[in-house]
Amino acid sequence: MTQSLKVTSTLVAVGAALAVGVLLLLAVGAPPLEALWLLVVGSVGSASKLAITLLAWSPLILAAAGLVVTFAAGLWNIGVEGQLIMGAIAASWVARSVSGPVWVVVPLTIIAGALGGGAWALLAGVLKTHGHVHEIFGGLGLDFVAAGLATYLVIGPWKRAGVASTSGTDIFREEAWMPTFEAFGVSWPVIPVALGIASVVFVWLLLRGTLFGLKLKAVGSNTYSSYIRGIPTNRYLLGAFAIGGALAGVAGSVQATAFHHKLVPAISGGYGFLAILVVLLAGFSAVAIAPIAFFFVAISVGSTQLDLRLGVDSAFGGVLQGVIVLFVLLAGGWAAKHASNTLTPRKEP
Amino acid sequence: MESTFNSIIAAAAPLIIASMGETITEKSGVINLSLEGSLRLSAMTAFAVAFWVGHALAGFAVAALVGAAIAAIIAYSSIGLKLNQIAVGFVLTLLAIDLASFLGDSFVGERGPRVPPLPIPFLSDIPFFGKVLFDQNLVVYFSFFTIAATWFWFYRTRPGLNLQGIGERPAAAFARGINVNKLRFWYTVLGGAMVGIAGASYSLDVKLGWRETLTLNLGWIALAMVIFGGWHPLRVALGAYMFGALQVLAFQLQDVFPGVSQVLPVAPFPLMILALVFVYSDWFSKLGDKFPRMRNLLGSEAPAGLGQVFERE
Amino acid sequence: MSLEIRDIYKHFGPVRANDGISFTVEEGSLHGILGENGAGKSTLMKILSGFYSADSGNVVLDGDILDLSSPADAIAAGIGMLHQDPLVFLPMTVLDNFALGNPGPVRLNRDEARSELERVSSELGFEFDPSRLAGSLTIGERQQLSITRLIFLGAKVLIFDEPTTGISATQRLQLFDTLRNLAEHGLIVLFVSHKLEEVEDLCDSVTVIRQGKVVFEAKMPVAAETLVENMFGKVFVVQDHEEIPTGAPMLWLADVELDEGTTHIKGLNLQVAAGEVVGLAGLEGSGQRVLLRACAGLLQPSSGLLELDGIDLTKASYRAHLASGVHYLPAGRLEEGLVEGISITEHLVLASEDTSFFVDWKAARKSAEKEIDDYSIKGRPSSSAEELSGGNQQRLLLAMIPDEVKLLLLEHPTRGLDVESAAYVWTRLLARRSQGTAIVSASADLDELLRYSDRIIVFFGGKVFAVRDAAETDGEELGYLIGGKERV
Repeated sequence: MTQSLKVTSTLVAVGAALAVGVLLLLAVGAPPLEALWLLVVGSVGSASKLAITLLAWSPLILAAAGLVVTFAAGLWNIGVEGQLIMGAIAASWVARSVSGPVWVVVPLTIIAGALGGGAWALLAGVLKTHGHVHEIFGGLGLDFVAAGLATYLVIGPWKRAGVASTSGTDIFREEAWMPTFEAFGVSWPVIPVALGIASVVFVWLLLRGTLFGLKLKAVGSNTYSSYIRGIPTNRYLLGAFAIGGALAGVAGSVQATAFHHKLVPAISGGYGFLAILVVLLAGFSAVAIAPIAFFFVAISVGSTQLDLRLGVDSAFGGVLQGVIVLFVLLAGGWAAKHASNTLTPRKEP
Repeated sequence: MESTFNSIIAAAAPLIIASMGETITEKSGVINLSLEGSLRLSAMTAFAVAFWVGHALAGFAVAALVGAAIAAIIAYSSIGLKLNQIAVGFVLTLLAIDLASFLGDSFVGERGPRVPPLPIPFLSDIPFFGKVLFDQNLVVYFSFFTIAATWFWFYRTRPGLNLQGIGERPAAAFARGINVNKLRFWYTVLGGAMVGIAGASYSLDVKLGWRETLTLNLGWIALAMVIFGGWHPLRVALGAYMFGALQVLAFQLQDVFPGVSQVLPVAPFPLMILALVFVYSDWFSKLGDKFPRMRNLLGSEAPAGLGQVFERE
Repeated sequence: MSLEIRDIYKHFGPVRANDGISFTVEEGSLHGILGENGAGKSTLMKILSGFYSADSGNVVLDGDILDLSSPADAIAAGIGMLHQDPLVFLPMTVLDNFALGNPGPVRLNRDEARSELERVSSELGFEFDPSRLAGSLTIGERQQLSITRLIFLGAKVLIFDEPTTGISATQRLQLFDTLRNLAEHGLIVLFVSHKLEEVEDLCDSVTVIRQGKVVFEAKMPVAAETLVENMFGKVFVVQDHEEIPTGAPMLWLADVELDEGTTHIKGLNLQVAAGEVVGLAGLEGSGQRVLLRACAGLLQPSSGLLELDGIDLTKASYRAHLASGVHYLPAGRLEEGLVEGISITEHLVLASEDTSFFVDWKAARKSAEKEIDDYSIKGRPSSSAEELSGGNQQRLLLAMIPDEVKLLLLEHPTRGLDVESAAYVWTRLLARRSQGTAIVSASADLDELLRYSDRIIVFFGGKVFAVRDAAETDGEELGYLIGGKERV
């Protein structure tokens, strides 16, 4: 399919999605242009807003990078939300129990996050390889279990002194706060952004530059041929789960130590599922997820302004994101169909 | 005791309707992963419309259309555009959930029309069963109807037999002159409409009103129920009733064991996983061989053509 | 009522599957359609049954030009097709399989269907247990079910595509009686096959198709030599053979029993020496694939002993076989051997014994260029597997064979390849004999088997039917043996 057809159809799709967004805004009586402008201003309009957006960007990239690995192995890792949460829980445990200076505690939270997320993902993996439970259901079930666990910890064993509230645990000690970089009167989330970028580079390198990545792609594309080649396919599937889960877990730890500074029930911020959308839109490419993730968090962060200023439900952001991905997918399918109709048809049967 | 069972039947009704719809869709070979989103969006729409118009029936009608429309998108993108059903279904799930929150804001907390109770004369006087089964409302009776109708359609009619063929081996069905893709499309839409009605039953009957947590993630449970039920309407219904029982019992035990209400929303999911592991275990899979007459009921194999795009050449 | 095929053309990309096919079949005749694999018979039958649309040409039945745009049209016109792998619904009962797709009222009356099934099947001489699962029936029984159904629907033309593959001798006799019976009742029966003896035995008339064209047409009886000559063309070249090496056995199968699906092989004894080439001949489903899979380790023998170079591999896993020096090249190049979406360079990296974590892509590309050159692969290092033509895919697969291999198992190594590529493949394969590699190759190309094998084992009906030294046989005899007939 020609590049130009693909690019045009994508642009048309995004345009149509924005048009739908405008219609929806009109339907709830909100001024569309002002609302769209608020999205922009609310996310990148000032240094402090930009810092917030960057802070939201990092967990999304981390989760998306993990998903690129699991998708490469041909897996639908719907369990990414749960892996994020478990990473956050593990990081919170370290934050609450390990004492030491910040340059000891914070790295430990990151490691804990990776281990928590990775282990949770392996659980879904084993359910698949040995229990024959499809990873969509295994992952989904574990998502809700993880969410339940987070809620339980927040109102139970880790509850705030005196009053048990779903607004979260006690705030972490300062040593467990992700350090920031002060400039222009704003705290910049340098470390989380660095982690995010590092994860993209890591995944890109892994898939492009290593034998492991190559074998993983082979398993994802044709499991049987890979088996004939002598690749231990189960081991690779579980490996993909472990890596994907670890990255999602690090995303969770960032949420806990850099954003909330405590454990809250909604610690994932929906970034797991949002990351799936990002990867779908990015066509499973590691390079494209960074800009697309930024675009998406800009929408998410910006849409909180919609709520504040115009009384529009911030779910509008999610609607816009969903419509964009849906339309781009449909346009892609339409373009592929159109292109194939004009080529000489059919391979030999 | 009677009232507990009565509550179970009532609580399970929407899940039954949604699961039956998805069973039909998947029997034809299509996966509609958007159930959670469809349920929420149709629940919200049903409430909004019923609230405006003042009558519950209007809400149900529109909800069916919403469910059907979402299913139509999945069907078209898969059959016409050859896109991955799971990808499109997942995107639609998130989209529909957010859409429901976004558009439903103004309706949170409002009181709307509800489905009136409708005990059936004579039948509701039968001791025990009368109270449990026939002292209900239209939604519940409809849920009974869907179970019976789906079962009857699948196993006692020619079109139903063809339906099984489409999902199982589309090439063979096609060779017998059946228009596989057209039927897949319409069965998917039908299943979606049923999911829409199920959504409406949440906001206009079982839970009354609209809020974000209304459907309790039961859309995902419905998907798992279809697998747990081995794509057989009766077994799927059994699973749905078991879940209904779980919800009701947990609710009633809340006073006795205070921690239960926290565990309640989560409990279905590890159970769902366990149920799936059980159904795919060696022991269970061999049961079909031991009891051949009940093979349909005991089998757990998915329709072999599920999720695959059918192309004639 | 006669069936007339007029000038049917059908192409797939550059391949002309049907290149102007015309012939006529009279009412009540059992007409054989003979041809090699890939000659175009299946395509023609798929056009007749509505699966494919012909590019041009007509099918005329009883004077009416038929519109065959879909199987529904074909069924309505009275044309019924029986596929080589009968299209039954495996998890559903015999009764349901019979009834599925039949016209009738919405309400399915199974009692009525049951009596209809009984009536038609007993007319045909078949017996069914309606409550059995179709998946538990043998291929022969599934065929009988399909026939029953098509007769019930009122078929006037019945097409049988290689119907005797994978059925027992008794069922075959029964099938033939059925076919004669049907023809006597005025149906047109088209019998598509390779098997000479059967066509001779059964058919009133025959059409031979080769490379998409009709090359011969006549009423039976026709001399077998004529048929064979037309099917294969004149390609019987007698080759000089090297001495059969009497080295130590590399592969040794002792009293091996293999079970897979509907194939059961018992008492298999085979020894292949180092450097020896053994060809496996036989039609699809006669047992060669099962033997290859067992040697590869994908299928465990139910009993017996399997040894490679003195090592007992009877219970070993596939990966253990690989580690012991076995290499398996499956028939499905893209489905089983290569991975779509992965480039030549990447495939070669996967195949290389280099296990370093990081891939040096520059070096890999250079190495790929070398292999591309070495094996004359028409493609660039970045071309992905599905972009290559069949011949080049096979060259890639060759390039991926490890340097030191003890046993090479090949399934249809030159299927779909042009003559030049095929010859090249074998040159490379034979070069390995000097290392002591033993080669076992299954092929449908008799000429290939004769030219390159030291010994040829012929499979028929799931058993080893005959063993011949390649130097002491020829294409004609092989043609007979494959059909289960000894040359007189």
